[in-house]
Amino acid sequence: MRPRCVLVTGVSRPLGAQVASAFAADPEIENVIGVDTIPPRVDLGRTQFVRADIRNPLIAKVIGAAAVDTVLHLNVIATPLGAGGRAVMKEINVIGTMQLLAACQKAPSVTKLIVKSTTTIYGSSPRDPALFTEEMEPRSLPRGGYSKDAFEVEGYVRGFSRRRPDVTVSVLRFTNIVGPGIDSPLTRYLELPIVPTVLGFDPRLQLLHSEDALGVLTKAAAQDHPGTFNVAGDGVLLLSQAVRRAGRAPLPVPSPAVVTLGNLVRRSRLLDFSAEQLGFLAHGRAVDTTRLKQVFGYVPRFTTSETFDDFVRDRPIRFAIDRDTVIRAERGLLDVLARRRLVGTS
Amino acid sequence: MSEARIIPLGSKDGRARTGGGAARRSRPPGSSDIERGTGVDQGTGKGAVGDEVVVGRRMTEHLAVENRESDPDPDGPTASGASEANPAAAGAGSTHPVAGDGGSTFPRGTRGAGERATSAGRMHSSGHEAGDVDGEPVSAVREPVAGLGRGDPPDDPDVGPTASLPSEPLADAGSLEQALAGFLAFLRRRITGDYVVDEHGFDQDLTENVIAPLLRPIYQNYFRVETRGLENVPDIGGALIVANHSGTVPMDAIMTALAIMDHHPAHRHLRILAADLVFAVPFLAPMARKTGNTLACQADAERLLAGGHLVGVWPEGFKGVGKPFSERYKLQRFGRGGFVSAALRTGVPIVPCTIVGAEEIYPMIGNLKTLARLLGLPYLPITPTFPWLGLFGLLPLPSKWLIEFGEPVDTESLTPAAAEDPMLVFELTDRVRETIQHSLYGLLMQRRSVFF
Repeated sequence: MRPRCVLVTGVSRPLGAQVASAFAADPEIENVIGVDTIPPRVDLGRTQFVRADIRNPLIAKVIGAAAVDTVLHLNVIATPLGAGGRAVMKEINVIGTMQLLAACQKAPSVTKLIVKSTTTIYGSSPRDPALFTEEMEPRSLPRGGYSKDAFEVEGYVRGFSRRRPDVTVSVLRFTNIVGPGIDSPLTRYLELPIVPTVLGFDPRLQLLHSEDALGVLTKAAAQDHPGTFNVAGDGVLLLSQAVRRAGRAPLPVPSPAVVTLGNLVRRSRLLDFSAEQLGFLAHGRAVDTTRLKQVFGYVPRFTTSETFDDFVRDRPIRFAIDRDTVIRAERGLLDVLARRRLVGTS
Repeated sequence: MSEARIIPLGSKDGRARTGGGAARRSRPPGSSDIERGTGVDQGTGKGAVGDEVVVGRRMTEHLAVENRESDPDPDGPTASGASEANPAAAGAGSTHPVAGDGGSTFPRGTRGAGERATSAGRMHSSGHEAGDVDGEPVSAVREPVAGLGRGDPPDDPDVGPTASLPSEPLADAGSLEQALAGFLAFLRRRITGDYVVDEHGFDQDLTENVIAPLLRPIYQNYFRVETRGLENVPDIGGALIVANHSGTVPMDAIMTALAIMDHHPAHRHLRILAADLVFAVPFLAPMARKTGNTLACQADAERLLAGGHLVGVWPEGFKGVGKPFSERYKLQRFGRGGFVSAALRTGVPIVPCTIVGAEEIYPMIGNLKTLARLLGLPYLPITPTFPWLGLFGLLPLPSKWLIEFGEPVDTESLTPAAAEDPMLVFELTDRVRETIQHSLYGLLMQRRSVFF
């Protein structure tokens, strides 16, 4: 069923803003409501912005008054620094979701719920299969941070779909989203002039272009696709490969020192690194997107490496080992070789 | 141009890999296994009854296979035949996707076939006479590559680096220049990150150009590995190679992979299923993934097999590799039969593989169990040289190796539902184990000495 009145949470963040703008540009959608605690920095078209905290029961009034039929919950956040601390982040993620779901349950107009989750709920360990499918459980339950929040959010969403079986619930597990205007711990990390890596490990990264993230969210809103879906670009990049593609220099750090270094970096507010990301930096993670392509019917337009190259092109990067310089150096050497050979044979 | 040709050609190949690939499995003309089997019976006496049963079964299987092979396969052989017969064209065309990052958008089959041919060229150009089989196609590759290089001048900075291999202008040059050019191109790819890693983390570029050349002297000169029955390993399509594990350090897996890469006519890459411990050890973990290993779990095994890869498994695991020297060449329990159900679910043949010689590289005469447990290791070996001689004790003994690939155990007559029948899975597991054990006895009897 086509949505007529859409509510988007977390609308002041780049992805939420893009989604809201896309809905606002669609003439078939009568009403777009954006909710966040801070006003959006960009123009969202005809989106009605409601400054509200989803942790507050006020959200129920917004949903009821506007007869919202489609709810996009994009407000599960990964960055404690941005939120104002881990405690606040957990409040927003878990309590906020509970309030939103409670409001949706009371609103008979709601027919569809789309939740942005994350592939971090699969964890990262040496005992992981190469690719996670949607049915797989993490090797160990997440102990804290973003992945634990997402795990709990998904639990509440499952509870909601049991109580309101008439609502189409899509849970989209996004991998790291990279793209123009996206500011995430991973993009900050990859933008460092010297990239600290875990000594002796080289994780596989999987990225999703923000355009594909937008495409998946709008498709989920436009059509009915109940279920859980992994969303990621095709292929993987090794961290070392990504660092080389960006022309950066890696700085291998022994794993016990990584957490200390991470805390230092975090205190300097350069990068939002938390200890739970150590596993990811050592073992990486990749997910299987067969269900996204075959059941959901969306094939990401950008592969992981295309996404990464786009990201590198997008940002002026200093201290770079220039790709063209390397190629020129190689050509020069080959020319010298060729000339020497000509001289030798004549 | 040849670039335009490779895509339909290779994608057809890709389809053939998943489709009618298994029917093309080549069989040895005579069933040498049966002869050996009876020879073993006299020698050991132990497994005589079981062996007769195995032989009988194998005979019927053989007939079944022959029937199937006489059946003309409409697209399998023709599609794959076209691409196999024309490796030069495939290789020349795929110099583009290999060098560029665009390769990742191609279907897997295309990349596999194309890169194999070019990689053969690369290996050859580095002055190493690795595969005796690839002499013909390689020389054929060089010419079109050279033509290509002159055809498009590398002036466009965006297309140039990815589209032209800098070795091209020098294709007809001396071998030293060519080797240098190849080396420079490799360095350029490594520095700019311009290579493709598959979803399991397999880095073909690194494996073929760095790891394999480093291991080759060990393979050829140190262990002097001799291979037999490589024709039992299919050229295309998924297959599961099951082998005995030994030697304290899993050197046997590495050597088997190199044997297939260098000496199999299709130069396939063996994707090894490794223990989770491997992926927890710094430096070893990324190296294992880059050389094509992945975690030994049902999901990964089935994914690789369904994708038409050649998968190697050592089902004895730590029980086999870390067994005391006194128990050499006695097969341990074959896991829980997970490998059989993976093969059944994906409908691929199981190729039993017997490795002789690996048992003697580090004779384990003692085990520091307490210390091993403290370090989180499955065992900590004491050998005649380790730890007594320190680092020198880490040097393996130069035993003479024999790797034999036996006749495939057919799983095609069974449906994927058979994987849900534990009794059948156990029976097949035992059958594979018995086959390898008998083949081990046979090879041991033929062996003149441990070191020669």
